[in-house]
Amino acid sequence: MIYLDNSATTKPDESVVRSYTKVATDFFANPSSIHIAGGEVEKLVSESRKQIASLLGIHEKEVFFTSGGTESNNMAIQGIAYAHQKRGNHIITSAIEHPSVLGTCQQLEREGFQVTYLPVNETGKISIDDLKNAMREETILVTLMHVNNEIGSIQPIEQVADVLKEWPAAHFHVDHVQGFGKVSLPYSHEGIDLMTISGHKIHGLKGTGLLLKRRGVTVKPLFYGGGQQDTLRPGTENPAGAVSLAKAMRLALEQQRNYPSVGSLNRTLRDRLKEIPNIQINSPDDAIANILNFSVLKFKPEVLIHALGEEGIMVSTKSACSSKQNEPSHVLLACGFDTNDTAAAIRVSMHMNQSKEDIDTFLTVLYEKIKNIEELMG
Amino acid sequence: MKRVYLDYAATTPLHPEVKQEMMEALEGTYGNPSSIHSFGRESRKLLDEARSEAARSIGADFSSIIFTSGATEANNLAIFGVARAHAHKGKHIITTQIEHHAVLHPMEELEKEGFEVTFLPVDESGVVSVEAVEEALRPDTIFVSIMRVNNETGMQQPIEAIGERLKEHQAIFHTDAVQAYGLEKLDVTALNVDLLSVSSHKIYGPKGIGFLYRNDDIHLAQQIFGGEQERKWRSGTENMLGIVGFKKAIELLEKEREDRMTHYQRLSEKFIAGLNELSIDYHMNGKKEEHMPNILNISFPGVEVEMFLTNLDLEGIAVSSGSACTAGSIDPSHVLKAMYGEKNDRIYNSIRFSFGIETSEEEIQFCVERISKILNRLLPNHTRG
Ligand SMILES: Cc1ncc(COP(=O)(O)O)c(C=O)c1O
Ligand SMILES: Cc1ncc(COP(=O)(O)O)c(C=O)c1O
Repeated sequence: MIYLDNSATTKPDESVVRSYTKVATDFFANPSSIHIAGGEVEKLVSESRKQIASLLGIHEKEVFFTSGGTESNNMAIQGIAYAHQKRGNHIITSAIEHPSVLGTCQQLEREGFQVTYLPVNETGKISIDDLKNAMREETILVTLMHVNNEIGSIQPIEQVADVLKEWPAAHFHVDHVQGFGKVSLPYSHEGIDLMTISGHKIHGLKGTGLLLKRRGVTVKPLFYGGGQQDTLRPGTENPAGAVSLAKAMRLALEQQRNYPSVGSLNRTLRDRLKEIPNIQINSPDDAIANILNFSVLKFKPEVLIHALGEEGIMVSTKSACSSKQNEPSHVLLACGFDTNDTAAAIRVSMHMNQSKEDIDTFLTVLYEKIKNIEELMG
Repeated sequence: MKRVYLDYAATTPLHPEVKQEMMEALEGTYGNPSSIHSFGRESRKLLDEARSEAARSIGADFSSIIFTSGATEANNLAIFGVARAHAHKGKHIITTQIEHHAVLHPMEELEKEGFEVTFLPVDESGVVSVEAVEEALRPDTIFVSIMRVNNETGMQQPIEAIGERLKEHQAIFHTDAVQAYGLEKLDVTALNVDLLSVSSHKIYGPKGIGFLYRNDDIHLAQQIFGGEQERKWRSGTENMLGIVGFKKAIELLEKEREDRMTHYQRLSEKFIAGLNELSIDYHMNGKKEEHMPNILNISFPGVEVEMFLTNLDLEGIAVSSGSACTAGSIDPSHVLKAMYGEKNDRIYNSIRFSFGIETSEEEIQFCVERISKILNRLLPNHTRG
């Protein structure tokens, strides 16, 4: 079995699972309870918060546990929009964001907010000039993804943050879900106000995630209830989830040292794919190393994904969140690809310990499958 | 030191079989249920099975279960979801003064947004009356949210009768069934509810997962936007491990519910008998009828609750004075205030003992003896005359 769909989700690391189970079993009390048992659990949660803060070089009060990337993105975007709408109603994002960002922005548009969707060029990048031109006095939020989940293009987050430093009323939220553990960001940059991280993309557990929020930045909560997490994110905490996430983050940052070798696998993939006729590489040359998106022209991707699946190789079309797999990808369309080509896209996404053999096998099987199917179709 | 946990209403430990199931499922839950390859499909199957189990447990349809990150989110989704989708039909909402903060605080937020919320009082036993709901009902009432069992007193509310009355009214009916679900068999049709919230960590399942039952005819305004998970009622990659554990916890509950109830009954009787035997001066908050036996909310005249809790804690007994949601602080309970008024001493001298499947009669005996010992120390003349 060769799993090459790590941008959809990853296999939880065994030690992450062990810490989850240990905490869930041995420290089950409610961390908000005032008795000793509750206090012990509360300590574990706050230790995890401290560990995460120190990994990122930020303050522990800036760490909020959530149920995942989608909730964090919603909390950041809705949270800023509703808390600052008196000041302005303009939001800037890009055309290639994850549905949890685009969907939230579209909802805000229906409610009367104005949203600018920055275009991207053929390499899937926004331009700083476009951003500067889009900025207005009423801009309260810029929300951009660091690494795109379909093609792996990397946005110039630090440059954007530098620009936004000059716009104190405009908050900057970064969807760091695909970037964390691969390409670091300047986490304490004063131009960055909010950041989303998801556990299950870094060998942590599904249903764990973070919103980082700079101190002093006000957001309106998504939920109201108990006093947990400064009332910004109420609901009984998930201490085992918190501890497991801190662990997954530490491991992910350690594994980041393997990034260069994933880079060389990426080059192998590109070189060998180029030798196959009718293959078009969709990921830009400077994309993140672990994601490679390509189209086998004239092929329905499901047919290939199924054929590869028969040999125990898992890849995907675009993002996993849409049931309408046959719709062209909004990301590839925004990059200027042809509708037919985008419908044929396949994404290979590696983890930081992917082996050369996995990639070689994938390429061999892919080549055979394409040949077989072509022969069948005459 | 011997430690006795009597705070099961705040949260429960993982059932050993739930833990076992979660460990075994790890391989199978690693795919993303939205992925079309075999890994994804395996996860999807587990997700579907859990949804069926959850639906079956309350007599509901498969498509009516929305998994959430817990009951706080489920309550918020119900409240904001209804208010924002149905505001054109009216802006009046009814709830009670004894709801959990995960209902009260969203309601207060809606007030700020221009909704009018009636917070119904309860009687001395902590129960809201059907008549009070009827009287509060107006043509522009769009929503009624009343909990099934109160988390501080264990008092059950007349949901069936209220639901019956609401059948002829446009108002959508929600019940927070977090505390009830682990005890009584619930059926959404018999309860006459449109929406119902449940949390896994109160029934020996993992934390961070719960569900909202939504009658298929009820439209909710979406609160969390993104992918097409939960048919778009709640986007976000599903918490698979949590869902698998939750499912097992539900299965066990279905199997053991009656035995658990009998067990709690025995424990609470033993507890009361113990207090009587040791001539401890106390009052039960609530009443015998419509009371869930896993929760005893007891007033100890003359004690100062913070001091009492600390002493119990030092003796190894973990209990609480109300709900656990404000870390480290003891605010006078809004539930007891609703029952007895702002000035009653019970607000300042009451403790909640809540029992679980692992609680033994010896633990109850131990706890009662320690209560007596502490009271003798704190209030040398406390015993009943
Ligand atoms: C870029 C990006 N943002 C957000 C998300 C959503 O995160 P989660 O799956 O934890 O809800 C994903 C993954 O699905 C993603 O790839
Ligand atoms: C009655 C009631 N409603 C809601 C909640 C909140 O549930 P959760 O902890 O799953 O957010 C609780 C418990 O804390 C409760 O007892």
